[in-house]
Amino acid sequence: MARRTFSIGGIHPADGKISRECAIKALPLPATVHIALSQHLGAPAKPLVAAGDKVKVGQPIAEPAGFVSAFIHSSVSGTVKGILPCQDLSGNRQNCIEIAVEGDEWLETIDRSDTLVTDIPEDAKGIVEKIRLGGVVGLGGATFPTHVKLSLPPGKKCEMLIINGCECEPYLTSDFRTLLEKGEQVVVGAALLKQALGADQATIAIEDNKPEAIDHIQRIVGQMRAKNPKYAGIEVLPLVKKYPAGGEKQLIDAVMRRQVRSGGLPIDVGAVVQNVCTALAVYDAVQKNKPLIDNSVTVTGECFPKQANLLVRVGTPLRAIVDYLGGIPEEAAKIISGGPMMGKAVANLDAPTLKGTGGLLFLTNKQTKRMPESHCIRCGKCADACPMGLEPFLLYRLAKAGNMEALEENAAQDCVQCGCCLYTCPAGIPLLDLIRQARSQVMGIIKARAAK
Amino acid sequence: MDKLIVSPSPHIHTKTTTRVLMRDVVIALLPAAIVSVVFYGWDALLVLGVSVVSCVLLEYLITRYLLKRPSTVGDLSAVVTGMLLALNLPTATPWWVVFIGALVAIGIAKMTFGGLGQNVFNPALVGRVFLLVSFPTYMTHWEIPKGLFGVDAVTGATPLGIIKEGLMQGSTIPDLMAQHGYTYSQMLLANLGGSAGEACAIAILAGFVYLLIRKVIKPWITLSILGTVAATSCIFWLADPARFTDPLFNLLTGGILLGSCFMATDYVTSPMNTKGGILFGVGIGFITMMIRYFGSYPDGISFAILIMNATVPLLNIWFHQKKYGRA
Amino acid sequence: MTSTIIWTVVIITVLGLLLALVLYLVAQRFKVEEDPRVEEVENALPGANCGGCGFAGCHAFAEAAVKAPDLDSHYCPVGGNDVMKKMAEILGYEVREKAPMIAVVRCNGTCEARPRINEYDGIQLCSVKAELYAGDTGCSFGCLGCGDCVAVCRFDAIRMDPSTGLPVVDQEKCTACGACVKACPKRIIELRAKGPRGMRVVVSCANQDKGPVAKKACANACIGCGICFKTCTHGAIVFENNLAYIDFNKCKLCRECEAVCPTDAIHGINFPKPLDKPAVKARIRERQKKAREAVGEPKKMEEKNNG
Repeated sequence: MARRTFSIGGIHPADGKISRECAIKALPLPATVHIALSQHLGAPAKPLVAAGDKVKVGQPIAEPAGFVSAFIHSSVSGTVKGILPCQDLSGNRQNCIEIAVEGDEWLETIDRSDTLVTDIPEDAKGIVEKIRLGGVVGLGGATFPTHVKLSLPPGKKCEMLIINGCECEPYLTSDFRTLLEKGEQVVVGAALLKQALGADQATIAIEDNKPEAIDHIQRIVGQMRAKNPKYAGIEVLPLVKKYPAGGEKQLIDAVMRRQVRSGGLPIDVGAVVQNVCTALAVYDAVQKNKPLIDNSVTVTGECFPKQANLLVRVGTPLRAIVDYLGGIPEEAAKIISGGPMMGKAVANLDAPTLKGTGGLLFLTNKQTKRMPESHCIRCGKCADACPMGLEPFLLYRLAKAGNMEALEENAAQDCVQCGCCLYTCPAGIPLLDLIRQARSQVMGIIKARAAK
Repeated sequence: MDKLIVSPSPHIHTKTTTRVLMRDVVIALLPAAIVSVVFYGWDALLVLGVSVVSCVLLEYLITRYLLKRPSTVGDLSAVVTGMLLALNLPTATPWWVVFIGALVAIGIAKMTFGGLGQNVFNPALVGRVFLLVSFPTYMTHWEIPKGLFGVDAVTGATPLGIIKEGLMQGSTIPDLMAQHGYTYSQMLLANLGGSAGEACAIAILAGFVYLLIRKVIKPWITLSILGTVAATSCIFWLADPARFTDPLFNLLTGGILLGSCFMATDYVTSPMNTKGGILFGVGIGFITMMIRYFGSYPDGISFAILIMNATVPLLNIWFHQKKYGRA
Repeated sequence: MTSTIIWTVVIITVLGLLLALVLYLVAQRFKVEEDPRVEEVENALPGANCGGCGFAGCHAFAEAAVKAPDLDSHYCPVGGNDVMKKMAEILGYEVREKAPMIAVVRCNGTCEARPRINEYDGIQLCSVKAELYAGDTGCSFGCLGCGDCVAVCRFDAIRMDPSTGLPVVDQEKCTACGACVKACPKRIIELRAKGPRGMRVVVSCANQDKGPVAKKACANACIGCGICFKTCTHGAIVFENNLAYIDFNKCKLCRECEAVCPTDAIHGINFPKPLDKPAVKARIRERQKKAREAVGEPKKMEEKNNG
């Protein structure tokens, strides 16, 4: 099969997927969970419970506070202790619902059996509504509410649904394990999404460093297509391993050979991208009535003695995960929530997991400490690496000078914060640190101008 | 585990630091350096040693005591400058002339602009051209290769010099070629006289290939220089083979290979993107051929690169790479 | 030979005259008519182009001031009252004197008082660091220490003290242009009235956490105990969000709050004598005793304040 990749830039960091053989295991329930009210892009949800209320697993505890917002469900059964600000992983205070765990009692409406439900309902609106009620958000990183992404703007047609199974971030393996262990569910989820969007085609894109997953999904898709016409049009597409193949814009470029114009949305070129884990959550929400209350988290790192892929309930303190696997190793210098390229460094290990938490990575000082900054040698490697075709060296210089017009002219707002420039700079210049800031400033200016 | 580190993403970085890149360039220059020592003997080693040591020492002294900054010699760029300067000089150059060259290269061309990454002109070439115009006698005092253990130093002119001389005296090129018995295989494998680094085309190409494999440089600048040199000389040669040398002769003699592989591809003083790089190369190739054919110096690659260095800021403004999702 | 020299001189002279003419014509063609008072006002201004007045620079400020009906909404913090008087003279306006201001850093979380709990390894800019996370100390309100304020100061009036890790304002050089106030992502720098002979009392803390949390993060934090609020007889202390703030318009510089603060988060600046804490405390006790006797209330507050 033809291998494809995106057309501009990209880098090849070491793969580091040392936890690929670890099957997904459920983490024992913690004593208390803190479920944040803001786990998605958009307005924080409004709480539906108060201190003292008894809740069951899967019970909605907060409702959307606006169009771009999402339901939040209790991931455990027990008593609500209160709604209070607690520190997130960067130490900032976020409102959370604290629940003391008592037993593991699920809502009766949730189908907890293992039977695979492959029938695809006709009613697209019904699917989207079930996804909304299930509190499903994009699990590829941005945690954008899925039902919003599925509500296409009037006049737009989705030609292609892309299921993102690239997992181009080094170290992370939770998507890979999900593909291997829950492949059928992911394919059904893809078919549900395709039905909801009214798309003719769906492509499950997987990087070629995961040949087992490619074979497995190809086999499942073949079987499903033979049985049910609803599965027609679903394809598996292997992509060349290159970071950031899983970036939304890069993926569309690789799969469809189309590029989203600056400031546009994927739907402008007829594409909708959803992550593998999102497809699984969609399956659970639509076929099993199970809302998004847990997600698989890769816990890994060369310095970490045990590699694992754990199924973790939303709101579990990160420390509970680490302690379960034996605590922080002595050599670990940095803990990252997510992958090493775009994940967030953890400043507070007592922070709870969110719907979008996909990995916990331990890096040593040697692996992660930045080298001292030296002069730019004008090698242009940052520009070669940038998957958006930007010139980070130039943007960095302009950002230092605070030249907003020139930053906009040179497309600072197009930056996807993939980190390729900073990764590749031989002089250790903190390119992205400053460009990220310039990007949001330029975006602010553009928004303000549009508002006028 | 002491205190956890917190930083913005990304959390991992390439191992290819400035130092590693410069070390690769040093490695790539080694074949040419070794060949020059083998062909020209201890003189070549002396020039090389004096050049590298004085470049490194000067950079150290200037950063530490004049600019009062932490020393930057650790990035090995001074070693590269030193090697390039040495390979661009005749092996018979006295040590004090080499030292002056290093002083100009590091002190004037590099450090006055603010050090590595800030200079407009290739430091080694500035040093070389300064010596060429200040000490023309030493700089055109070419040794004929005599081998590592040869005794007598014989001096003579380079093929380019001989042809320039000959043409001025009214001879034609085929006559001169026949008279001096130049063959292409000889040019490829050296032994024709010239500066240290020009001794052997194969050695230079080996280093160039190493840089390409290590992804230190991209081939476009070099290819566009060589292509332009070939094309320009082809046109003139076809027009008048008696007055103009042929393309292969031009590609294999003088400093074209050394210049296009190592001097024009210097990160700091070449354009940041491919389109700019190709135009940069075309400019160098054309100016070199104009100087060779019509100028008063036998070779013009150094001048051509320096002239085109000055256009780099402009080329960087004019040419941008294609951005995602933009026309 | 002579003719060559003559010709050279003639040609160069003619060329020079011609070019001068061209320059003159171009200048005439693109001449911008401007109120002459703008230039006068601009000359009176300090010319630092710092933007402290809210305009793009001294010229823009002068233009706006000339057009404005009065000078109430135009004030050059750098030049202060002297410059404003000169401007008023030129423009024929009334000008109200403003109290001279100075930038004050509301954080005293020194390295010893506020231990680092993690190590920041990104670009050394407070704005980026603040965007990333709460900071490398337990206090999410305090100074981040990367010196964004130092970088924006055009008057070299603020520098980082390496021993404390905090910025220090040079009282002589500070012009109260407000650049550092805008640059600080934690909003801990504020402009305050300089006070008589530079004397002023400030709460050097911006921590809004509850007492125990604040105290754990920083030994010098305002723990929101409210003792200063209860002690102040001038109503100068505003107390909200577990944080005390002294209103410089009401403060009478009695330094009682400074004496009673259990964490020494309140600082008196530029007072000729160091604060005699026991004496001030005794004075407060005496006054409170009298007040209680007047109301006839049994002693209650006393023990509290003794600590």
